[in-house]
Amino acid sequence: MTNVLAAIGRVFIAFLSQIGRVSAFTALAVSHTVRPPFYPRLLLRQMVEIGYYSLPVVGLTAIFTGMVLALQSYSGFARFSAEGAVATVVVLSVTRELAPVLAGLMVAGRIGASMAAEIGTMRVTEQIDALTTLSTDPFKYLVAPRLLAGTLMMPLLVLIADIIGVFGGYIVGVYKLGFNSATYISRTWEYLEPLDVISGLTKAAVFGFMITLLGCYNGYYSRGGAQGVGTATTNAVVSAAIMILVFNYLITALFFGK
Amino acid sequence: MTAVPPKIVLKDVHKSFGPKVVLDGIDLSIARGESVVVIGGSGTGKSVMLKCILGLLRPERGSIRIDGEEVVGIPAREREQVMRKFGMLFQGGALFDSLKVWENVAFGLIQGQRMARAKARDIAFEKLAQVGLSAASGTLFPSELSGGMQKRVALARAIATSPEIIFFDEPTTGLDPIMADVINSLIVKCVKDMGATALSITHDMASARKIADRIAMLYKGQLIWVGPAQGIETSGNPFVDQFIHGREKGPIQMELRA
Repeated sequence: MTNVLAAIGRVFIAFLSQIGRVSAFTALAVSHTVRPPFYPRLLLRQMVEIGYYSLPVVGLTAIFTGMVLALQSYSGFARFSAEGAVATVVVLSVTRELAPVLAGLMVAGRIGASMAAEIGTMRVTEQIDALTTLSTDPFKYLVAPRLLAGTLMMPLLVLIADIIGVFGGYIVGVYKLGFNSATYISRTWEYLEPLDVISGLTKAAVFGFMITLLGCYNGYYSRGGAQGVGTATTNAVVSAAIMILVFNYLITALFFGK
Repeated sequence: MTAVPPKIVLKDVHKSFGPKVVLDGIDLSIARGESVVVIGGSGTGKSVMLKCILGLLRPERGSIRIDGEEVVGIPAREREQVMRKFGMLFQGGALFDSLKVWENVAFGLIQGQRMARAKARDIAFEKLAQVGLSAASGTLFPSELSGGMQKRVALARAIATSPEIIFFDEPTTGLDPIMADVINSLIVKCVKDMGATALSITHDMASARKIADRIAMLYKGQLIWVGPAQGIETSGNPFVDQFIHGREKGPIQMELRA
C-alpha cells in the first residue's frame, strides 16, 4: 500500500519539478528576448524558416479544410434546409478554430521537431558549451530568436491560412454546390466580425510561442546521444500539440465564453 | 611589491551528481604561462573539473580563483567577462555545423568581441594558416572536413581570440598517431607563442609528455600525484606507474561491473 502511494507521490513530484523547470526556462528565455545583444540576422533566418517554408504545408491544410467544411456543412445543413449558412459556417470555423489549430499542429510537427533536434544535437555534441566559452549566451543566441520568430510569424501564417481556407470553401460552394459567386462572397462577409479573426490570430501567437518554447526547452535539456535527441524531438511535438489543444480551449473561453 | 597570484587556483573543490561523488576535494594551482596536464582513466572526472572551472558546472563546495578572483557563484554578466580570458578545445571539436569553417574560427571575435566581420574574417584565415589549413578549407562546412582537420579548426577557434588561458579536452583522442603528434606540436607552438596558461586533460601519455610542464594524476576524485613532467617516470607512485605503462594489474582496479 505504501509502495503504491510512494510511486504516485514520485510521479507527482517529478511532474511538479518538470513544471518548475519549464517555468524557469520560460522566464529566462523571455527575459533574454528583450535584453541586448540582439541577433537580427538569426531572427530573420528563423522568421524565414518558420514563416516562409511552412507556407506550402499550412496552405494545403487550409485549402482542404475549407473545401471539406463546405461539403460537410452543406450536406449536414440540408437536413434542416439551412444550406444558405454554408459560407458563414466556413468563414467562422476557419478563422476562429480550424486555421489556428490545424496550422499550429502542422507547424508543431515541422518547426517544434526540427528545433528540438537541432538544439538537442548541439547539446550532446557540446556545441552549447562551446557557445558559452566563446562569451555567447545560448539563450540569446539560440532561444530568443526562435521564440520571437515563432510568436511573430504564426499570426501571419494563420492570416494567410484564413484566406486560403475561405477560398477553399468558395471553390466547393460555387463550382460543386452551385452557389452564386456574389451571394457566397456577400454571405462570407455578412456575419464576420473583427473579433473572429482577432481571436484566431491571438491563438496563433500563443501557439507559435508554445511550439518554439517547447522545441527549445526539450532540445536544451536533452541528454545522452542520438536516443536522447530522439526523445527530445518526440516530447517537443507531443507536448506542443497538447498545449495547443488546451490553450485553444482557454483562449476561446476568454474571448467568447459567457 | 606583492607577488603575482597564480593564474588558476582550485581549493577543496567538490562536485557530485546525485549520490555519485566525482570530484572529492581538488587542490591545484597553475602559474601564469604554465602548461599543466591532468591524466587519469575514463570517468575519473577530468572533464567535470574543466567544466567546473569554466562555470558550465557548479561545484557544491570549494573555491576556484582566476587571477585571484573568485568565480564560483558569480553572476552571469561577470561570468561573461571572465570567459573572455578563456579558450577551449572540446573533445569532439564542438564546431557549429551550421556555420562555415572561417565563421567558426571568427565566432568569438564577431559575437564575443563585436568585431567587424571583414576584420574577423582576416584573423580567422590567419589562424587557419597557423594550424596548417589552406584558405580553401575556410569556406567549407565542418562536416566536409576529416576528423584531424576538424580538430585543427577547433584549435584555431580556441586560439582565435588570443585567450590568456586555454583548455584542451583530450586533444588527440580519435586521431592517428602522426596526426596526434601534429596536434601536440601545434598546441605547444600556440601556447608558447601566445604565452598562454594551458590546462589539458588526456589519457594519451605521448601527448601528456609532449605538452606538459607539470603533470597531475586524477584518481577517484582526488589528485593523487602532481609533479614535473620529467619526473613522471620516477614518481615512485604505484598508481602513476600503472597508468603511464598501461598495465592491467596494479593498485587501480578497473570497475568492469557497475
